[in-house]
Amino acid sequence: VVALLTLILAVLLSSPDAKSSTIREWSRQQPVGFLKTVVYELGGSSGTAEYGPPYNHASEGQHAAFFSPQKWAGVSHPIDTAKDLVIDPLRANAGPELQAEISVYARVPLSSKEDALNNAEATLLGYQAGSRQRLSPLDSDGSLAVWPGEYKDLNQILAALLPLAQSGGLERSLLESHGRHSSDFTKPLLLMADGGWLQRRAKAEHLPSRQWAMMNETGSYPGLPWLWPYALLYQIEPFKSSANADLLVWLVMAALALAFVCVPLIARLRPRSIPRPSVAGGRWPRPLPFR
Amino acid sequence: MASILDINRPAGIVRWHFFQMSVANILVLVATLALFALVRALPFERLWRRGSPARPWTYFCALAALALLIVLMVSGLILAVNGSAWWHDSNLGLFVNSVHLWAVELFFALMVINLAGQLFTGAWRDGGTRLWLTGALGFLVAIPTALTGYIAQQNFDAQWIAIEARDGLNAIGAGAFFNTTDFGQMYTYHTLVLPFALALLVTAHVLLVRARPVTALLGSNAHASVPVVASATPPAAGGAHL
Repeated sequence: VVALLTLILAVLLSSPDAKSSTIREWSRQQPVGFLKTVVYELGGSSGTAEYGPPYNHASEGQHAAFFSPQKWAGVSHPIDTAKDLVIDPLRANAGPELQAEISVYARVPLSSKEDALNNAEATLLGYQAGSRQRLSPLDSDGSLAVWPGEYKDLNQILAALLPLAQSGGLERSLLESHGRHSSDFTKPLLLMADGGWLQRRAKAEHLPSRQWAMMNETGSYPGLPWLWPYALLYQIEPFKSSANADLLVWLVMAALALAFVCVPLIARLRPRSIPRPSVAGGRWPRPLPFR
Repeated sequence: MASILDINRPAGIVRWHFFQMSVANILVLVATLALFALVRALPFERLWRRGSPARPWTYFCALAALALLIVLMVSGLILAVNGSAWWHDSNLGLFVNSVHLWAVELFFALMVINLAGQLFTGAWRDGGTRLWLTGALGFLVAIPTALTGYIAQQNFDAQWIAIEARDGLNAIGAGAFFNTTDFGQMYTYHTLVLPFALALLVTAHVLLVRARPVTALLGSNAHASVPVVASATPPAAGGAHL
């Protein structure tokens, strides 16, 4: 009967299959937003750059008193956002002239590039705010002529990265950075998440609703409704306002899961001072309205 | 295979103070409660000529969940054998994927009803510890099995759930070996590691059910158990549970 019901539901309702988001699509539809994210990755101020383990040592991650499993697990998937998400994929696709510019840029310490990066960010924010309404920050000749000449190397890097992303080459390079046959989408996904591209689309699909989001699927399909107790904890204090909410919620869920598994053992811990029920032949009474 | 009813439009969200849940998810939870009420109301005990299990309704939920697990394994095997991308481009593949999806939703609903029934009727008493442990652990293993399945879909749902799930896993240090944004790793967990663990636990659970008589009901005078299959197993002393 249940197998038949499954078949009927499959025929009636099918299943969701919204096409994946790509950097190609993002950089074409929001070139300014894409470049702004790249500037943040280069400057080390993106979400991933400041994440901590397992990507980098920028922070220690979440902790509860002395309990810091995120820190203890260490950096298992090292990501230097400037090098891994921007410089290296661009190098893999650059000609000699651009290689030289990239080398010049890479040699300069970050502290000496802050002025250029801040300038780039301000300019791109200006585009986004509509003060200079344009579909693309690229000029007709393909150059990114929005900054003074002193920032030539950064200018050229961004000008080269945009068409690479728009062609799909950046996504391929990020994927292949783990090896030619890699199926690890961590880097492209982190870049899109840093830029808010996934969140933007999820919002259009009615997916995000604070921490309830993990339960949802596109369309009007159910997702993982059995996770509601987990999602619910994020909505209440002290978890809601805690910087360590993920760890605290997991600890509570782990304690509940342990108690759930150990129900028979916990029941045996009944204090002897509590008298054993006398009804039903000295066994447990009927405490609940079940059979 | 296109669906007869188009539910691909963005879902409605029910918002009430901090509560925010999609209508579809609420419907599944309500359907689970309705199914709970239905199985409690149906006279399952009449299906036995003599000596039905102490909780025939949970027994049937467990059997139905087991049937769905077989549906999940067969549909999952078809999806895996044809390659992870097959179902995106094939009508038959989409249909098999749909069967897989709805079987998961029903499987969890039935498992929750079965577990709730066992928990609140105290079926874990009187030597039923191992049976409870295999059932409870099976439920806990089924959760990441389903999660990795959603993440291994290779579509926008997978991308979104992977990004949303990673913070919690990274916070407990699991990101080092359970990277939700690594499709290959999630696919291996979903098609090999976790189903293997789940199959082991379910097999142990079923064998324990078959090997032991059921625990008497709470408040029952007749503590002596009744057989799982009345026609085959004679009543035995001592209790177990079902």
